[in-house]
Amino acid sequence: MVLKLSDLKTDVHNDWCPGCGDFGIEAGLKMALTELPIDINKLVLFSGIGCSGKIVHFTNASGVHTLHGRVLPFAQGAKLANPDLEVIAIGGDGDGLGIGVGHFVHAGRRNIDMTYIIHDNGVYGLTKGQASPTLHLGMQTKSLPMPNINTNVDPIMLALASGFTFIARTYAYNTKHLKETVKKAVAHKGFALVDILQPCPTYNDINTKEWYGGEDRIDPATKKPTPRPYELEGTGYDGRITPMMSEDDVEKKMSQIIEKSREWGDKIPIGVFYQNETIPTYGDRIKARIPKYLEVPPSGQQLARPDGTSPVNLASLSKQLLFERLVLAQ
Amino acid sequence: MTGGPQGSGVDSSANIFAGACAIGGLWTFGLREYYSSIKGPHSYFEVRVNSERIRSHVNNVNLLATFDAETLIRHADEVNPGGGILYDPSFSAVEIDKVETIETPAVLRIKARLAKQGLPATVAGILDEAKRRNVNLYPIPYSDIIAKTAAQIGEHQLSKVSRIINVLSVSASFALLGFDLNYLDQSLERTFGGKKKVIEMNEIGARMAYDTAKGLTKQPFPYQVKPVQNQSRLLLMGNEAVALGKIVGGCRVQTYYPITPAADESEFIESHENFDLSDGGEPGKKGSILVTQTEDEIAAITMATGAALTGVRAATSTSGPGFSLMVEGLGWAGINEVPVVITQYSRGGPSTGQPTRHEQGDLKFVLSASHGEFPRIVLCSGDLEECFYDAIRIFNYAERYQMPAIHLIDKSLANSSATIPQLRSDMVPIQRGKLINDGHQSEGNEEYHRFAFSDDGVSPRAVLGMPGYRFWNSGDEHDTIGHIEEDPDNRIKMMTKRMTKLETAAHEIPEEEKFNFFRSSKKQADVTLVSWGSTKGPILDAIRMLEKEGIGVEFLQIRLASPFPTESVREKLAGAKLAIDIEQNYSGQMAAVIAEKTMIDIKNKIVKFNGRPMSQDEIYQGVKQIISNPSQNKRVMLTHGA
Repeated sequence: MVLKLSDLKTDVHNDWCPGCGDFGIEAGLKMALTELPIDINKLVLFSGIGCSGKIVHFTNASGVHTLHGRVLPFAQGAKLANPDLEVIAIGGDGDGLGIGVGHFVHAGRRNIDMTYIIHDNGVYGLTKGQASPTLHLGMQTKSLPMPNINTNVDPIMLALASGFTFIARTYAYNTKHLKETVKKAVAHKGFALVDILQPCPTYNDINTKEWYGGEDRIDPATKKPTPRPYELEGTGYDGRITPMMSEDDVEKKMSQIIEKSREWGDKIPIGVFYQNETIPTYGDRIKARIPKYLEVPPSGQQLARPDGTSPVNLASLSKQLLFERLVLAQ
Repeated sequence: MTGGPQGSGVDSSANIFAGACAIGGLWTFGLREYYSSIKGPHSYFEVRVNSERIRSHVNNVNLLATFDAETLIRHADEVNPGGGILYDPSFSAVEIDKVETIETPAVLRIKARLAKQGLPATVAGILDEAKRRNVNLYPIPYSDIIAKTAAQIGEHQLSKVSRIINVLSVSASFALLGFDLNYLDQSLERTFGGKKKVIEMNEIGARMAYDTAKGLTKQPFPYQVKPVQNQSRLLLMGNEAVALGKIVGGCRVQTYYPITPAADESEFIESHENFDLSDGGEPGKKGSILVTQTEDEIAAITMATGAALTGVRAATSTSGPGFSLMVEGLGWAGINEVPVVITQYSRGGPSTGQPTRHEQGDLKFVLSASHGEFPRIVLCSGDLEECFYDAIRIFNYAERYQMPAIHLIDKSLANSSATIPQLRSDMVPIQRGKLINDGHQSEGNEEYHRFAFSDDGVSPRAVLGMPGYRFWNSGDEHDTIGHIEEDPDNRIKMMTKRMTKLETAAHEIPEEEKFNFFRSSKKQADVTLVSWGSTKGPILDAIRMLEKEGIGVEFLQIRLASPFPTESVREKLAGAKLAIDIEQNYSGQMAAVIAEKTMIDIKNKIVKFNGRPMSQDEIYQGVKQIISNPSQNKRVMLTHGA
């Protein structure tokens, strides 16, 4: 059955602020879902806490609205237990790079085949605009009493250091790019990060829609604004690592990714920074130890016989603990 | 008792000893005490052996098998008169001051004790003191035996052979105890498996040590160990009993973050991640359990919860400090009615506390952990068999009542190893409650209400990925579908629904699963003991001692702490002549819970919080002390243990 956009709508009242970048993300994500070969019964969205976390209630697929910062372990637990599920985790930048940053790093190390979308707006919206970990040093957004005293975390670099095998950035109001990027992330075999830059019209009065749109940067020739985000895809950049590459080539690619991730300000690259399917997924690694992991995953096992008794062979399981009575010949 | 520097093979010598006894059909109980350290500091292991079942350790030992000076210095005074000490005579000159790993207060205590008797502060002094107390001394020149063994097997590197010292002390012990060495050979075979050379050198050395010790016994050692005709038994620790129970009970995802004394359980499970099924005569059919080590305990509980949402039986395992981190996850599982199981092995707290030591200090914490009010199951096991069967039951409770369930155990059970009768996989049938059958399509296009209201509070439970059953979860208060809902009427209904489940559980769980009640033959008991957890063993052993003296004893062992069996506990305690609460904590936490629930104030308590488990003798003495004058001896604090 082909999914239609209307299938993904719920009756839940949407209480995001007018003009919120979340709307762009919701639209792009849902469009991506309709264009992907996904069984809606197998799709589960997990979300963290914050404005972004509410997205699961606005989407007509099973949705698990978890705890602040904990969306990744919840989502990974479900995917590990039932690898047939299509799992997409969604959270804010405070959720994933502040309180949940430990989970971010370790999820990278595992490389479970799922997608993680970060709504990245530089502020904690739901608690009224405090600085989030992606806000740059010295920035003073609307509700900050003093300029931000911390440097920012770069999700691209952190993801690379943590072992993510797909790292992309997109922009909330470039719906087409967002949709295509999410599609690539979901199709990727491994753990995929999509960092989505988004304005917060209420609390981030610096990185606004107008700022991203470059309305302060009028091209003298065309008299049109020069948007800050530019698409890597259009520059010939290719962040893919392939099995045939030499070590040298891989090293070069890695340096190129780091270089690109450093760009910020007037030119902000969006697109796929890095993709590497040569690294085995966590599922592959488990399969090497538990051969039937994918055929009979934890959630697919028969726990009891019809009469309720356990099918486990306890004698075999406890063999090393059994001390057989030895009767010596007199 | 045996002891030595941590990492020197104390555990393996005790296990080889206990294993040989188990092969001989004897009951054993082993107490393991160790520091939070990898190598160096002193650890010791007491093994008690009997032809009748024993469930605890005793204060003093009959035989101390040492292979270092420190063990002699620390424990020689714990040997009963008439008992024996095995030691290497080359230790005699060691000065107590020079043994760096003994804490200063202990050095001062021992030196003062020796000085009082006019003895030198050396191992020789310690040995003289023992001799004066009528303890038999058996010098075994371990280094000579090691050298001879090396020569016999043609090994030039002595260090490769010196490891057999543990087995030499076990073998010498068996010589004194009159126990056939064939049992030791069997036990070595089990321990060292296919390592032929290791087994060979151990067996050669063992025979020399055996003969040396035999040559020293002019009169037979007063304590003899004889094999008995009996059944084969399991010899295991609590960690292992729980691991077996989890696998049998259908747990298929286990998450954990390393912590003492819980991690051994996860490691045991991981090393048995592919296990045999005996289903339908299909040989070689395997089941599997996925063990995932997480970045912290918050991830451990939330990952297990995510897994549980897919319908798998999922658990995590931890100790108090880890559980402290888990509480936010516990609340989420509570409000979302997720059956996730947490095995909590309590240890000395607060904070890092005493990481390797025993305490029952977390009862009130697990009963109330996390903000807000939500139902939970708390089940406390009292011995190794309960650890196993409860590990199955706890999943049944979690799924039937759709709530987080805590299996509360403690360090003493986690690490004590004992023989138990063979376990059965069919004693506790697996019950999954209102889990919607897989493959059962929802009727028509009706919307599925994961949190539908019902009389018993429990809603039909679908799992993620089930066709036709889309649902939502939220840590926010939600409506029956799972969407955020702050309406006051909905709030009242949802809170009531969740809390009703606890009443349902209290109503449905049979009395025999909620508590054990032991009663002696006498009609009106002189004393009613109340306790929970691992004190069960020493209490049952102490009761035998008390009954021999004609004291009638009842013992109420509370197992289900939530929902609490209020009426039954009230009834049992209402008629008690003299109730005594026995707990391994400072304040008597179960007594406080009993007071809260039943309004019955247990006036007399026996408590212990020095990090060492209670012995049968201590409980016996404590009970006697209270009986002698209940109003004077309201609170007896036990202090035994090194």
